[in-house]
Amino acid sequence: MNDLRELYQELIIDHSRSPRNHGKLPHSNLEARGHNPLCGDEIDMEVLRNDDGVLESIGFTATACAICTASASIMTETLKGKEEKIAREIFAEFHAKVTGEDSVSYPDELMKLEVFTGVKDYPSRVKCATLAWHTLIQALSGDSREASTE
Amino acid sequence: MDQSKSSEINLEVIRRHFPALDQKVHGEKLVYLDSAATTQKPLEVIEAVDSVYRQDCANVHRGVHTLSERATARYEDVRNKVAKFLGTEESREVVFTRGVTEAMNLLANSLGSGDHALVPGDEIVIGTLDHHANIVPWQMLCENNGTVLKVIPCDDQGELVLSELDSLVTDRTKVVSIGHVSNAIGTVNDIDRIFAAAKKVGAVTILDAAQSAPHMSINPLDIGCDFLTFSGHKTYGPTGAGVLWGKLEKLEKLPPWQGGGDMIKTVSFDRSSYAEVPWKFEAGTPDIAAVIGMGAGLDFLDNVGRSHVKAHEDALLESMESKLRNIEGVRVVGEPLKRSCCISFTLDGIHPHDAATIMDQSGVAIRAGHHCAMPLMKRLGLPATIRASVGMHNGEDDIDALVDSIKAVREIFA
Repeated sequence: MNDLRELYQELIIDHSRSPRNHGKLPHSNLEARGHNPLCGDEIDMEVLRNDDGVLESIGFTATACAICTASASIMTETLKGKEEKIAREIFAEFHAKVTGEDSVSYPDELMKLEVFTGVKDYPSRVKCATLAWHTLIQALSGDSREASTE
Repeated sequence: MDQSKSSEINLEVIRRHFPALDQKVHGEKLVYLDSAATTQKPLEVIEAVDSVYRQDCANVHRGVHTLSERATARYEDVRNKVAKFLGTEESREVVFTRGVTEAMNLLANSLGSGDHALVPGDEIVIGTLDHHANIVPWQMLCENNGTVLKVIPCDDQGELVLSELDSLVTDRTKVVSIGHVSNAIGTVNDIDRIFAAAKKVGAVTILDAAQSAPHMSINPLDIGCDFLTFSGHKTYGPTGAGVLWGKLEKLEKLPPWQGGGDMIKTVSFDRSSYAEVPWKFEAGTPDIAAVIGMGAGLDFLDNVGRSHVKAHEDALLESMESKLRNIEGVRVVGEPLKRSCCISFTLDGIHPHDAATIMDQSGVAIRAGHHCAMPLMKRLGLPATIRASVGMHNGEDDIDALVDSIKAVREIFA
């Protein structure tokens, strides 16, 4: 069970129980819905992006498992106040890590994302960790179709 | 193995027939509680498939050489095995399909075409407990030809509300298609009452026996249905083969579905004439080895004895339910009057997928999700559940392992 305790460590349990930035935003100009048809996880993502391309606010509501909810929560904390371009770069890095394509450590300011690296050993759960990110990218791209992990 | 003379299941003997059970998962003994998704395969089935490819690998119905004769004889003999398994006598009533899903698609397509096709306004009745294979093919038919889908509702206990039958099954009803046992929560439906209502109005009756075939006898003549479908991979056979059983005169009236080789008598560019029942429903080269393996699976099941299997599994489910209800934070979904196949449950504050990953770490294989029954999940107000389903090889030790793994989940989330 040791590997598993590494995956379901305190940070994930905490963020899944008390997700940050959870709920509707008072003001937003981008939104998207994400759905994982395999397990039924659903996420609604709202973003307020200013004229300089900075993500001023990110909010989400989710009916989802602990990994998906915690991933959304930590993602919003990490990306709030960052430029879209940087956000997309961080997503690329995150994606490479959870799929096991990249094993280089995160820089210090992104260390919180490291807790999700363990899902690379659970292929059926990788989609749980990436759904929020896919949904955010969909919102940023102004694509009104539902984001899907498929 | 001769289980038929013993009064109960000898687990030690039975487990030796399932090589896949003899392994560790994440360092723990495998506890397989997902037979409702697919059963493990006994040696008899594995060897039957193996021998097809080692000795009798040829196409069926089209060669005069020895291998083709042997493959054809073994393939066709499975029709007799299926008829015997069902308790019927006419092997021509057995159509091979890839499984229940293909059988239901065949029925929906063929009932929707030809001289006796359903017309706009005709109604098809199914149940809220049904899985997608008994929902989506009918929806597609309705979209194509204007027929209307009606659904028997379900109550909080997970029982179909049969007091609504009179208003749902009317002169407009032309098809009543119902799942025998719910794959999601284990309810055994009162099919006698449902089919009695259907027959009163002259509707075609279809029994989806996907989740009952492995657990109880399903004689379509006793049940009194026109068609019955089941999947070989849930009755200890390989994936890729299943059965559509139909009354001979009903099958004869039904137009073919897929066209191609093997389902024809003659072909010219003006028109083609079709083979007799059942071959007119079997276009192209079938999954020969899977069909032969399915026959071995049915033999195995009947050799153990379905009445023994049923008694054993019923006792296991009863024990599992009482042990689950004794764990704090566990909520069993539904309380059906009669249960078979499985128990669905949720854990307070823990998503089923997180539970499934952690339980897998203890070697316990269960299913988490919507169980291909999304409308039912919506009705019950649940995005997903954890489902533990039983097979003949499960025992009290498996239930104890299930209980321990649930406790491990609760510890991690404590």
